[in-house]
Amino acid sequence: MLDTMQYLQETPSQTAGPYVHIGLIPHQAGFDIFERPFGNVLAGPQTPGQRIRIEGRVFDGLGQVCRDIMLEIWQANAAGRYNSPADRQEKSLDAGFRGWGRTGTAFDTGVYVFETVKPGRVIGRHGHKPMAPHVNVWLAARGINIGLATRMYFGDEAEANAGDPVLNIIEAERRGTLIARREDRDGGPAYVFDIHLQGPAETVFFDV
Amino acid sequence: MSEQPFEFFQRDRSQQPPAFTPDYKSTTLRSPRLALWSLQNSLSEVTGPVFGQDELGPLDNDLILNYAKNGEPIGERTVVHGRVLDENGRPVPGALVEVWQANAGGRYRHKNDTYLAPIDPNFGGCGRMVTDADGSYRFRTVKPGAYPFRNFVNSWRPAHIHFSLSGSGFAQRLITQMYFEGDPLIPKDAILNTIPDPAARRRLIAALDLNHSIPLDSLAYRFDIVLRGKRATVFENKLEGN
Repeated sequence: MLDTMQYLQETPSQTAGPYVHIGLIPHQAGFDIFERPFGNVLAGPQTPGQRIRIEGRVFDGLGQVCRDIMLEIWQANAAGRYNSPADRQEKSLDAGFRGWGRTGTAFDTGVYVFETVKPGRVIGRHGHKPMAPHVNVWLAARGINIGLATRMYFGDEAEANAGDPVLNIIEAERRGTLIARREDRDGGPAYVFDIHLQGPAETVFFDV
Repeated sequence: MSEQPFEFFQRDRSQQPPAFTPDYKSTTLRSPRLALWSLQNSLSEVTGPVFGQDELGPLDNDLILNYAKNGEPIGERTVVHGRVLDENGRPVPGALVEVWQANAGGRYRHKNDTYLAPIDPNFGGCGRMVTDADGSYRFRTVKPGAYPFRNFVNSWRPAHIHFSLSGSGFAQRLITQMYFEGDPLIPKDAILNTIPDPAARRRLIAALDLNHSIPLDSLAYRFDIVLRGKRATVFENKLEGN
């Protein structure tokens, strides 16, 4: 019998809904409940690496700013290693740097912000060409049936980006949707990464 | 040893809702229209954040007590429990499970919820926990109420609890909703019906579990969750030019 292989099936996704903040960012919903909430500041004072700010907005198919999006980022440390048992690269780990953060686009301005360090380069799949520095982004919200995965690359890493094994599989016309624009501010560099859910500038989303 | 020890099975999209589902109108302008780019897993997808039990407070999984101010919340006292497994049937220990829900009257504690049912002063409506070594989780709450939402003129959500799951890899990230066995609103729900496969929809309906209810105290429901499975990459060949 061919059907004797007993795999389970992944639980189906459902929209996070308009009140996702209650569970994942309660302070934004309007109350505080946990002693140690998760947040959008990834780097502590001791974390090695260049301090950066990542910010942007999320747009719908009519170009309207979406003010209820939940975003998470996941990234390597400055040395290019993920703080995860599945990363077996021989590079240093930074205690206290989890490499993960979560926030919501603001109800008024629609802007999201992360404060972190710039990630280093990570090996590519099966030890192939190293990937350019990037931040993995995942977003969920009302009207999004299954979470959307994308990557943010850095606009000031042209050389590394040119050799990146993921950017290179994407048609040239759309590659730019994954590259954040650097702005130099008083507090240090900010990378502006706007996400378009739909429309002429639709961001590249991945089936990972 | 390989620096990338495994990769996840390709996601079975037949079990998942498509991005655009016209009967859930909010998807109209928020659904990507171009094909997703299929991306073979690298370390960026197979790794994921680690969460420790020590980061959580002792009441984080007790929605009856974690926002109690001058008494306990009103509603049917309910235990929800289950296991987080992967597609291979293996437990996923250390998974972060976060839940949120409306109160017994169907009202959310949220700035943007204007439904006329009252806020319960003793109910926050969220909780979180990390799965045990065998993938199990449990929390205590009051059963949420149904509520209307703006979709069609007279659209109602069945009672449900939102679940957010973070497994060992970022590619396993999942948000879903759990429903309660026997709710007559379930077959009419535009959001549950975004999932085309009827068997897949049924997997979101938690069964009454009297064996785990607490006599004279709380009912119980069982909800098992499956995250993507993984395979070892030991025989992987190095492709040229990549």
